[in-house]
Amino acid sequence: MQANSVADTPDMMVEIDDVQLTYPGGTLAVEHLDMRVQRGQFIAVVGPSGCGKSSLMKLASGLVLPSHGGIKVAGQKVRGPVKIVGMAFQNPTLLPWRTTLDNLLLPLEIVQPYRGRFRAEKRQFEADVRALLATVGLDGFAERFPWQLSGGMQQRASLCRALIHQPQLLMLDEPFGALDAFTREELWDVLQDIWMQRGFTTVLVTHDLREAVYLADRVLVMSARPGRIIADHVVDLPRPRNLDTSFLPHFTDLVHELRDLIRAERAGA
Amino acid sequence: MNRRRLGQAMPYLTVIGLLIVWELVCIVLDIPEFILPRPSRVAVVLVQDFGAIWFHAQHTLYTTIVGFAIAVGFGMALGVLVGSSQLAYQGLYPVLVGFNSVPKVAVVPLLVVWFGIGTVPAVITAFLLSFFPVAVNVATGLATLEPELADVLRALGASKLDIIRKVGLPRSLPYFFASLKVAITLAFVGSVIAETLASDQGIGTLVEQASANFKVPLVFAGLVVVAALGIAMYALFAVIERKTTRWAIRAVDVPIGG
Ligand SMILES: Nc1ncnc2c1ncn2[C@@H]1O[C@H](COP(=O)(O)OP(=O)(O)OP(=O)(O)O)[C@@H](O)[C@H]1O
Ligand SMILES: [Mg+2]
Repeated sequence: MQANSVADTPDMMVEIDDVQLTYPGGTLAVEHLDMRVQRGQFIAVVGPSGCGKSSLMKLASGLVLPSHGGIKVAGQKVRGPVKIVGMAFQNPTLLPWRTTLDNLLLPLEIVQPYRGRFRAEKRQFEADVRALLATVGLDGFAERFPWQLSGGMQQRASLCRALIHQPQLLMLDEPFGALDAFTREELWDVLQDIWMQRGFTTVLVTHDLREAVYLADRVLVMSARPGRIIADHVVDLPRPRNLDTSFLPHFTDLVHELRDLIRAERAGA
Repeated sequence: MNRRRLGQAMPYLTVIGLLIVWELVCIVLDIPEFILPRPSRVAVVLVQDFGAIWFHAQHTLYTTIVGFAIAVGFGMALGVLVGSSQLAYQGLYPVLVGFNSVPKVAVVPLLVVWFGIGTVPAVITAFLLSFFPVAVNVATGLATLEPELADVLRALGASKLDIIRKVGLPRSLPYFFASLKVAITLAFVGSVIAETLASDQGIGTLVEQASANFKVPLVFAGLVVVAALGIAMYALFAVIERKTTRWAIRAVDVPIGG
């Protein structure tokens, strides 16, 4: 954990300082939570179930405010929803009455400066959406409704929706959790490609330790509830990573190390 | 394939079967016409007096639709308010439940005191009976919005109004259209009730006067027309519902009586 003296360095995307979150009803979700994410980094957060990972995501995106402590995103203190964030969840949460195209236009109807230009530049925005859909292999599906897509395709679309307004920070809460192993590994590569091209900062919450090591520059391990960061592993595997990477001894060692940490944490809880 | 055809024909077969049984029972037991007329007799009266019946039916249709239209507007506004604001929900919920448990027939005399005999009490009764399911369904549609969906929008900096406009209202449309079917039927009930008690026009009045004069076949003819109008309106809104909300799973009708 870094000292407070470097807290305001401009290349920090997320700075969480001694944060505590108590939900109404008294559940203490996280306590003494400290976390730093550098601009452009890909961070994975793992931890036992119910330890406060989703709460951490809500805190960093400003959807809930901490009961104690301070959070900064891109150098700004968080006082409400942070607009430079894109989010995707385990459940794709696409709107069933909108086509894939219209679902992806939704953020542009809300976030400035796109919102003000929406009517005038709708054609351009539609072209942007189609281009983004093509990068995740969904070209030709723009006019389909979400319920006409498979689970994996819906999740791709949900990822695109989180990215369409060019957020600086991408927050993913178990986005691939409900998918089969093959689709999941395919989407790892899709996500890695987009991230390498665009260079936004990513925080990924996952239950899958292989996923964490495959994608992240750093893997943070959380303690049982109330959650705090108990380990910070740097993943020094070269990029772009591919399926061969996941069979390297070093990869497997990292996964085992993380597994042991979490197992110990669960036993202690 | 044959079973499906049979399924589609079932409503008609049932009605025809019932009419035949009814006709036979009247003949066999020799029931006098002023107690229970035979369906064939009702049909004859329906044709003979069609001019008069249609005059009253038009009036009933008119009051029903006016009351229903006001109910839709008011019910929607009330539903949006109750479904989107916790405070409004807490404040209005007990009032609404209390209001809905008052039998609306008992309100008609009061309406007569305020507005006199005629069209206005009928319109208001139709309104009072039919706004409730609309309000309840719209509120339910808004209140059952998945928190994650709201979070996706809130994270983008969407205002409460944005969330209602972009997600809440479209999402509650199937609930809304499902409620229209129920509401239009209730609106008919309301206007006919009020017409029987306090009007000089409309099917309710016709039925009331016919029964006072023991013209029971005419009573039945009037009821048949109301039922036909009710079915036609229900079918119309069922079609609109299917057309507009193809994406939704079947929404639940809220059964609420007057
Ligand atoms: N809205 C809420 N109100 C009250 N308590 C909550 C709320 N959301 C979460 N909690 C509680 O806070 C704790 C942490 O929840 P959180 O969802 O952050 O865990 P998680 O690590 O994401 O779990 P999982 O791995 O199962 O997704 C849990 O004990 C949960 O019951
Ligand atoms: Mg979670």
